[in-house]
Amino acid sequence: MGDLGYIAPEIILLIGALFIFCLDVAYDPGVGRKSGLSYMALSALFLTAALVAAVLQLNISDPEAGPKVAFSMMTIDNFGSFIKVTIFSGMILTTIAGGRYMNRRSGNQGEFWTFFLMVSLAMSIAVSANNLVLVYLAIEFLSITSYMLAGFLRENRRSNEAGLKYFLYGSIASAVMLYGISLLYGATGSLYLHEIAAAFTEIIGDSREISGLAFAGLPAMLLILAGLGFKASLAPFYQWAPDTYDGSPTPVATYLSTASKAAAFAVLARFFIVAMASFEVNWVPVLAAFSIITMSMGNLAALRQSSVKRMIAYSSVAQAGYILMGLVAVTSSSPSAMDGLNGVLLYLFAYLFTNVGAFLVVMALEETVDSTHISAYRGLIKRAPWLAVMFTIFLLSLTGIPLTGGFFGKFYVFGAAIQRQYFWLAAIGMINAGIAAFYYLRVVREMFFTHEGEGEALDVPMALQTSLLICTVATVWIGVYPSAVLDWVSTASVQLLSVVP
Amino acid sequence: MESLDSIVLTILLFWPLVSALLVILLGKSDSQIKKGSIWASLLPLGLSIYLLFAYDSAAGGMQFEQFAEWIPQLNAGYHIGVDGLSIPLLFLTALLSTLSLYYSAGVINERVKEYFFLMHLLEFSMLGVFLALDYVLFYVFWEISLVPMYFLIGIWGGENRGYAATKFFIYTLVGSVAMLLAILGVYFATGTFDIVEAAAAKPFAGNLTLASLAFWGFFLGFAFKVPSFPFHTWLPDAHTEAPTAGSVILAGVLLKLGAYGMLRIMLPSFPEASVYWATWLVGLGAIAIVYGAFVCVAQTDLKRLIAYSSVSHMGYVMLGIGAAAAVMTPEGLASAVNRFGLTPQAIQDSAAMALNGAALQMFNHGIITGALFFLVGIIYERAHTRDLSRFGGLATKTPHFYGLMLTAAFASLGLPGLAGFWAELFTFRGAFAIMPYWAAFGTIGIVITAVYILYRIIQNVFLGEYDPAKLTHWTTVQGEHADGPTDMVGFEKVTMWPLIAAMFLIGIYPTPLVSYFNKSARELLAFVQNLI
Repeated sequence: MGDLGYIAPEIILLIGALFIFCLDVAYDPGVGRKSGLSYMALSALFLTAALVAAVLQLNISDPEAGPKVAFSMMTIDNFGSFIKVTIFSGMILTTIAGGRYMNRRSGNQGEFWTFFLMVSLAMSIAVSANNLVLVYLAIEFLSITSYMLAGFLRENRRSNEAGLKYFLYGSIASAVMLYGISLLYGATGSLYLHEIAAAFTEIIGDSREISGLAFAGLPAMLLILAGLGFKASLAPFYQWAPDTYDGSPTPVATYLSTASKAAAFAVLARFFIVAMASFEVNWVPVLAAFSIITMSMGNLAALRQSSVKRMIAYSSVAQAGYILMGLVAVTSSSPSAMDGLNGVLLYLFAYLFTNVGAFLVVMALEETVDSTHISAYRGLIKRAPWLAVMFTIFLLSLTGIPLTGGFFGKFYVFGAAIQRQYFWLAAIGMINAGIAAFYYLRVVREMFFTHEGEGEALDVPMALQTSLLICTVATVWIGVYPSAVLDWVSTASVQLLSVVP
Repeated sequence: MESLDSIVLTILLFWPLVSALLVILLGKSDSQIKKGSIWASLLPLGLSIYLLFAYDSAAGGMQFEQFAEWIPQLNAGYHIGVDGLSIPLLFLTALLSTLSLYYSAGVINERVKEYFFLMHLLEFSMLGVFLALDYVLFYVFWEISLVPMYFLIGIWGGENRGYAATKFFIYTLVGSVAMLLAILGVYFATGTFDIVEAAAAKPFAGNLTLASLAFWGFFLGFAFKVPSFPFHTWLPDAHTEAPTAGSVILAGVLLKLGAYGMLRIMLPSFPEASVYWATWLVGLGAIAIVYGAFVCVAQTDLKRLIAYSSVSHMGYVMLGIGAAAAVMTPEGLASAVNRFGLTPQAIQDSAAMALNGAALQMFNHGIITGALFFLVGIIYERAHTRDLSRFGGLATKTPHFYGLMLTAAFASLGLPGLAGFWAELFTFRGAFAIMPYWAAFGTIGIVITAVYILYRIIQNVFLGEYDPAKLTHWTTVQGEHADGPTDMVGFEKVTMWPLIAAMFLIGIYPTPLVSYFNKSARELLAFVQNLI
């Protein structure tokens, strides 16, 4: 098998996407509920197969085994595999829950699920790529398929707006990133991350002074950060996010704010830690500034939203700020238990289940009462008690209350910041946690604190309930007993940090 | 008993959680849930009484300790244990929880299942805070105690409940996150999350800046909970809007968590910072005593008045803790000795006395204010108002109620023979030897306390001529129409009498209770002195 075996998850996804595409072309039974759901089931199946392949690649038992290189352009390491597991889990949960939602709203089911698998494939390639051209191609692939998915509801103007906005911002971000890549190539003569790192180490040397061609490294770093920051919805590149999340079909918004974000952070981490190691003193303050702006802007904007979907959209911008805090505090020199990279990975993992869950609740309300407005949640405890309880768990997890995964995520990124003695960064994070609690609690307040709200019990689809239950169990499990996840996280981050010279 | 002793704390801790789950899973009818909950809550109460007797006072220190691995990657474990400070507080928690459940069974008829579920969950989290000897565990329980209380205020509270609940949650959360940062700081300084080990490892010894940062991080977390002036503004809202049992638990136990944290964590872990900032603690405490008392005089709402009296009374606790904090290091001790020419032994005794006073005040305040909030609830169920100007002359109409209120109110103002007296005496006597000016300033509060207790409560509500025109709409506790105020009924008396009895008991013979606290206070002083 050799190299082909290393990229098994990607191959499975590619086959899956083409299979569904061909099936869709070959059999066109007209618009039918049944066909839509079977495409959904097929794509869930292929995603699960890819998940299994990624789990098998995760070398927990044998930490000595080093990273493998496939076709010289992809590094298959525990870091990438862990992120893949995270991404695929999110995509599977979204797929299962989103089947009926998409089926009701659009006729082209085969097309939708084909793109859905393509998106997963793109993310999967992006997180393993060790060559900047492949990074660029994967990100472009991800963007283009995402534009189509965001604007998939062609008759819906909001969906069109979402797709168009994402496309316009996205193409500029990609162009900017490409320019950054070309600068790096000019300065170092290579597109491979480790060769770039080696070239910079040679130029800069031990003196730690930036001179000559190394000057190109700084603008290149900022330009690439802008391109990836767009994907991760970092401020000030986040303006597309609320409109796109709000307007796109909810399954699309779900993965855009979770899996896609995880992929962007993985690429960002790999790029900065591997290629830009020599510039650590320079990128730390830059990322710290981005982190502060991102969480503050996201939280302040979320405060004023009256649509729950939009509120979660802004809140996921703010969450990106916390995750970035972990990246700021990466200690490449001496990895410790509470390293920033561990924080990033744990946060991404916990956040994935929490935020997917939150979006699924929004989807459930859209499905049943066709509204995302906060007033639709009034007295939800009476109409759908379990839905209200699960949403509360997700919101508490996003707030960072213990016994939920979100707590340990925050615990780790704050811990990493304290360890590096970035007290001011941690303090700003602390103030933000207080602000965020306010708008998360507003929804809880609507759901529980009213004595009215006797109404018909909501009829939430079975598949959606299953996905929600998995998200809830995962969120609470990480919060109560994080030990197992921490093991995966540390094997993943140790391998990435070990390549740093 | 050997085998019981090895797991008694785990049973005590997790039984309320089991009860909560049973309520959700098995609860069918309201009456069954209520009965089951009350019976279930007797087990933790029994175990906490067992601990009072089983604790070996002669040996002292942490006993009944248990340890299990939890997050080995971080060196954080499930470590619980009790000492002389936590045992009486566990008893207080279990007692007030049982009484609250019992009282609530009589007055809560809406969303019963959720209510009793949350009450059990609340007891679980409070017991957890008093038991935890690991920072992560401590923080987990500390934070989750917010959630049930938030819902209790928000669902069963008064008119303005949403606002009050959110304010309560956010204020405490901000304080807690500050504490989390300090916990992380201690972890990186000492490499352990174990509270006892970390204190012994002297975090930030010799680095006053970092020690002060951590000290204030913890202080913010605890001060919001106590609540210390000027972090108290959430308290009147939360208390006023909360349902009766919620107020009782909030005032009786939740406020104690903050003071407990100061004694358990701040003083032993940061002796140098404690000495440096002791004047601030004492000052904030004394200001709270006086300020809280003055604000009480101005209140027109009976429940709000009691709420502000908590600010004032928790000031005593801060005063006692702050005074002891000033002599945590030999340098602090020496400077106190130089100031007044007392012997080091006398200063140490005063510090122990201040600590005893603070701990005793924690316990007594739980009993007394718990009783006062029950009594406010009892009158509110009948009058449906708490407006002081609408009451008057109730003494003749409701003699039993009057008698109990009189006892609790006098205990609150520190009448000798009742519980409150000893705590005030010890606190002021101890603080006076170390920080005389602030202690003297604080005594103004005692006088003002007499004003609002005697004038605002006793005279306004009970004395004088009963005027039916003041308040025309009265009901019985069951909500049926009544022609005038009716006296307490059976379940209300059963709720109240244990608390009243405790006030007399501690007031007449405080020695057994003080001996628990004294053991811990002496240990704390010795521990810190040896550390340096």
